[in-house]
Parts: sequence; structure tokens; C-alpha cells
Amino acid sequence: MAQVDHISSGTDADRTGLSRRRFLQASLLGAGGLSLAGCGTLEAGLAGTPVAPGTVTFWDLFGGGDGARMQQMLQGFTKQYPRLELQHITLSWGNPYYTKLALATIGDQPPDVGVSHASRLPTLHGADLLQELPAQALSKHGLTPDKFNPKALRACTFNGKLFGLPLDTHPFVLFYNTDLCKKAGLLDAQGNLAAMDSPEAFTDALVRGKEASGQWGAVASINNDTATCWRLFQSFYSQLGGQMLQQEGTQVVMDDAKALQVLTFLKDLSGTRKLMPQDVDYAGGIALFANGRSAFYLQGEWEITTFQLAKTPFSMTLFPNVFGGEGGYAVQADFHTLVVPAAGNDDARTDRALTLIRSLLDQSLTWAEGGHVPSWQPVAESSKYRELKPQSNYAAASDAAVIDPPGWYSGSGSNFEVIIGSAVGSVLAGQAEPEAAVRAMRSGLEQYADTPSPV
Amino acid sequence: MTTSTVAGSRAKTPAGPRTGQRPQRTDRSAYWMLAPFVALYVLFVIGPTIYAFILSLFNGSLVRGGLGSFAGLSNYANALQSQDFWSSVWHTLLFTILTTPPLVVLAFFFALLADRATRGRWFFRLAFFAPYVLPSAVLSLIWIWIYTPDSGLASDFLGRIGVTAPGWLGDPNWAMISVAIATVWWTLGFNFVLYLAGLQDIPRELYEAAAIDGAGPIQQIRRITIPLLNRTTTLVAILQVIASLKIFDQIYLMTQGGPNYSTRPALEYIYDESFTNMRIGYGAAVSMLFFILILIASFVWLAIVRQQGRTA
Repeated sequence: MAQVDHISSGTDADRTGLSRRRFLQASLLGAGGLSLAGCGTLEAGLAGTPVAPGTVTFWDLFGGGDGARMQQMLQGFTKQYPRLELQHITLSWGNPYYTKLALATIGDQPPDVGVSHASRLPTLHGADLLQELPAQALSKHGLTPDKFNPKALRACTFNGKLFGLPLDTHPFVLFYNTDLCKKAGLLDAQGNLAAMDSPEAFTDALVRGKEASGQWGAVASINNDTATCWRLFQSFYSQLGGQMLQQEGTQVVMDDAKALQVLTFLKDLSGTRKLMPQDVDYAGGIALFANGRSAFYLQGEWEITTFQLAKTPFSMTLFPNVFGGEGGYAVQADFHTLVVPAAGNDDARTDRALTLIRSLLDQSLTWAEGGHVPSWQPVAESSKYRELKPQSNYAAASDAAVIDPPGWYSGSGSNFEVIIGSAVGSVLAGQAEPEAAVRAMRSGLEQYADTPSPV
Repeated sequence: MTTSTVAGSRAKTPAGPRTGQRPQRTDRSAYWMLAPFVALYVLFVIGPTIYAFILSLFNGSLVRGGLGSFAGLSNYANALQSQDFWSSVWHTLLFTILTTPPLVVLAFFFALLADRATRGRWFFRLAFFAPYVLPSAVLSLIWIWIYTPDSGLASDFLGRIGVTAPGWLGDPNWAMISVAIATVWWTLGFNFVLYLAGLQDIPRELYEAAAIDGAGPIQQIRRITIPLLNRTTTLVAILQVIASLKIFDQIYLMTQGGPNYSTRPALEYIYDESFTNMRIGYGAAVSMLFFILILIASFVWLAIVRQQGRTA
């Protein structure tokens, strides 16, 4: 009968040696075996049991070059303290990391030590997610206030109590290709970059840089990178003296005229004069500078390792004081801090946490090699750090650092940065006019300012 | 999986006790068998839904215990007036519109082709179904690489044939389309398999009879294949629409809702508001509204299908 031809081959399995039933049994056993193997936070979390004692859990958001450095430092820790077991997890930078940290702390399963940007500390502290660091425990580990950069330490202090310990300042900086800048005549006799203290000087430097490179004067990543767009904008905007939020984020005090001035300048550089690319993502920006197709690269200092590995002839210096004038220098930055998320007041846990923190701070020189400005003064004031070039070129940025204004929706990688960064990015990409972008920024911020804070 | 669409394969009920005289034991044991499922269902679906509704009436915060201050319907009012809410609903609908027709039409087209392949049909089944078993994270990683500007496979290929590639994931006009393309590649296999099974149930005699009557291949497809696959098409379409309305994974992983929130679907808006912004009361209200919207869509769909069933 013709029907027989169309019966699906469901009986194939029975003809082969391994029957379906046997296969299912075997895979069930296998899965069961796998789940028993290995202990750790996953199993403990599922069973609700505490992790094995003597374990330190550490969560960070360091990927890329930073991630590699942190791995190095953590290896130093495990060598120094072989009896402590370390469990380290890296999460995606920005909102994903902070959401998970907050949820884990609310769910009573926080890590022992976490990383937090200083701009996120007000929100975390306001939500009662951080444990206070008692002075006695701190002094036992030698973590006294005089050993830290005062500005960074102040950012970790709330009502006179300490809720985190600063690790570094990471400012927005200027990378420059030494070969191309020499060709363009932008280097002085000592081989340092001449100052670019006005919009005209900056534009001129980019024009000459573009001629030398044959493609771009400077590059700042735009696609899917609201953080870079925000940092570029904030650096120029703060040099003009502008502020964004006040009263814990409930008041929008953005100066439309100053914002417009910055955005018009950026549009001039990218869209009008074509000195900067309008369609480039984070990886693309790195590739352009590493391959010598751009004279300048505008980014945070953490990419130094990438270019060292790529053997690009480059150096770094302070982000130019284009709009600040005399005494008005400012640059966008943030501080990485190490925090102990709240989980009852377990002294043994606090002790383990501070052990890890002290070990990481002692290795601040390794961290500084990754481009950051260390907040740990014994390293920051040492000659070894001062000899570290080009990292020590921009150490002064930690005093001119402007971190994000406090607000429940503000902080590193937050919705605040996404709103501003998206608007700035759309101007850089040529998708929106500066006036429309300023309106978008204001309406986005006002929506959040009018929403009651959940913290 | 076979869908019998051709005449009279309804099995007769086996001869047994007369209807109306079911033994008591069968009834009770059935309820006991169902009890674990019902318990889990109430615990993890019904209960939380009721709790979410209660939450939506308060200004709950994720970091503060308790329900928070009473808000009445103001969370709902804020959501309905919020540009972000309506944009996110539109993005979900746009995604549904962009993916459902291709996933129905292309799946049918490829199933037709695969059905005609006499040799190596197992290979085509494998090739089309293989992407379906990938987890969403793997899919997103693969396509992020393909969509990398300049050096990714998509842009590189277009460049070689002289077409300027769009900013796949960076251009707000293209981001959703790019995610839709990746999704079609991913889930095509499932619908393809359903259609293939349905095609194999159509008896060859119908085609032979039509050919004798002078019908060409296109006519055969239009008049025989498509009508007889109506049930399969309805099934595929319903499954697709339901799955598309739940979209979250690929968009969250590939564009994080960007660029500039231009691809953020409703579920990600709920996630952002409830967990990242910690406004759990407002998030619950938004999820209730989305639930109502899906319910309305389902009723409309049900009406259409019932209408179809009556006229068929």
C-alpha cells in the first residue's frame, strides 16, 4: 500500500544496537554523576548550605586587559595564602554586574568581596547592601586612612563611616601614536605631546594627525558604547563647569548652553571635518589605533596593555584641557573600590575579606601596570610607580577627577550614562543634531528625576 | 510526530464499561497522579501571579522589605503614560512581525524541497534542525561575531560583492532586523521538521490524480499541499507568535536593548525596571499590563482560528 511509504522512520532506533531506553538511562546516570562532582557556590546555593569554610568569594567586572591583570594579582594572593580557597567570578561590566550584586546581597548569598565604582557607592550604601568596615579590623590589617588617596577615600565615606576601600582612579586619557605625531610635528623637543589647550589647538592637532595617518585624526568608539560617549562628553562639559544632577538625582541642573557647545564641537570634529569615524564600535576603535590608522585614541587608560601587546608605538597623557582654561581642568574618571557586601556581621568573613583586600592593594603596582592610578599611597608615592611610563604621565588626573553625580539611577554603567551616552553617540554618528540630542538628554533625565527613588 | 490530516483515522473507542458507569477508583487515582503537578503549578505559577498583582498596587522596592507605600493604580497609570513602555511593547510586536512570516513561509519552502530529496534526506533534516539545539547565548555569540563591523562575515561578504554593509547591531534602523535574521536561522529547523512530517502524511495518489487531471506543480502545491497542511500551519504560526512575544534572550545578549533602547522588548523593560532599577512594584504593574495585552491578542487569534475551523 502506498501509505506505508510515508510512515515516519520512528522505528529506526530499534534497529540500531543502542536502544532509546538504554541511551536515556545512560545519560541520566551521567548527568547525576556530573552534578555530584565538584563542590562550590553553585551546589551550595542550590542546597542552601554555606560554602566550605576558609573560602573567599570575589566578584568583579573586569574583562579584557583588566581581567588578565586581576587574575595575576589573585594568583599572587593564592600563593601568599595557600590555606584560603579563592572563588572568583567575573560578570559583565555595567548594569548586569550591579544588578547581580544587589540581588545576591538581597538574597543572602553575596560574595565576600566585591568591586564597586565609587559612583555606585551612594546607591549601594543607600540600599543597605554594604557592610561598614570597622576601624579595629582595618587597623589590624594595616588599612589605615593615611595610606589612601584622600579624594578617593572620601568617596567611600558616608557619615564618617567607611564602606569601601579605594583601589584606583581610572580617568579618561589621551593615547597618541608617537610615530604619527612626530610626523605631524606635534611632539616637542623631549618627545612629549604639545599641549592642546583650546578647541582650535585640539582641532588643529587632529587635522595634522589625520594627514599623518592617512585615515583618522582621532577615534572614540560609538556603537553599543554609551560609556565612552558619556565620558568624552563629561570631560569637556566639566571643563566648562557644567553639572548634571543635584539633590540625589531628583533635580536636573544640566546647562543646555554648555551641553550644546560640547555637542556642536563634537559634531564639528566627526561629521563636518571627518576627523573622527562615525561608525565604529569598541573593538573597531582599538583596531584602528593599534594599526596606526588613527593618530589619537580617546578612551580610559585601561587599554594600555592591548596596545603594548600590539607593539603600537604610542604614549599616553592627560586628556587635553580644551575648555577648562586656567585652573579649570577636569576630566571624567571613577574610582574602583573594594567593598564587603552585607551578610550579617560575621567577623571571620570580614577578616578573610580584608585579607584579600590587603593582598590586592599590596599588588597595586601590577594593577598600575595595567594603566590605573593606584589609590594605595605606599605604591603611588614610590619611585617604582613614578618610573612607570607612560602610566605616571597622567597621575595628576586623580586630583581633577569628576565622578558621576550621586543618584539612584546614576553611577558607572547606569541608565544615567546610557541616556546621555546614547544622545552623544547619536550626534557623533551623525544620526541626530546637537539641539535634538540636548532635548533627548533633558527629557530622559527628567523622567528619572521625577520617579520616586526605590532606595 | 505525525499529524493525520487525511480522512478517517479516528480510532474507535475500545469496547469497555458502558458510559456513565466509570468505576470510582479510576477517578481518584487520576487526581492523585495530577496532584504533584497541580501543587507545583499553584506554587510557582498561580501564586506568584496573584502576588505580582498585589505588588503592582504598591510602590515596592527590591531593596526594602515589605510591600512599600500603597500606590493604587498609579503604577498602571505611569506605565500607560510612559513612552518607554509603549516603545518596548512595539519592539516586541515588531520582532513578532519580522520573524513569524519568514519562519512560516521559509520553513514550508525548505520542507517542500527536502521532501523531494530522495537521497540524503537525513542530512537536510540534520542541517536545518541543528541550529535549533543551540542555547541562546551560543547563538548570540556566533551572530555578534558575524555582525562585527568591517571584519565580520556579513560585512566582509557584502564588501566583496561591492555593497556597503549596514551597521548591523549599531544602527537603530537595522538592529532589530539583524536580530530577526539570527532568530530565523535559529528556529527555522523546528517548524521545518513539523512541516516535513505533515508533508509526508499527504498521500501520493492525490498528486497523481491531480497530475492526470492536468495540474502543474505550482497548482498542486496551491490546491493540495497548502490546504492539507492548514493544521500544521496554524500550529506553527501559534507557536511562533507565542515564542516571539516572550522574546528576551537574543536581544538582551546581542544589543542589550540598544542602540539607544531601539530594540528593547517588553520583557527586558520589565527586567530593567524591576531588577536593575529596583522598582519591583512598577515592574509588576508593567508585567500585568503586558499579560493583558497578550491575553487580548490570544482571544483575537482564538476567534480567527475558530472561524477558520468552522468554514474549513
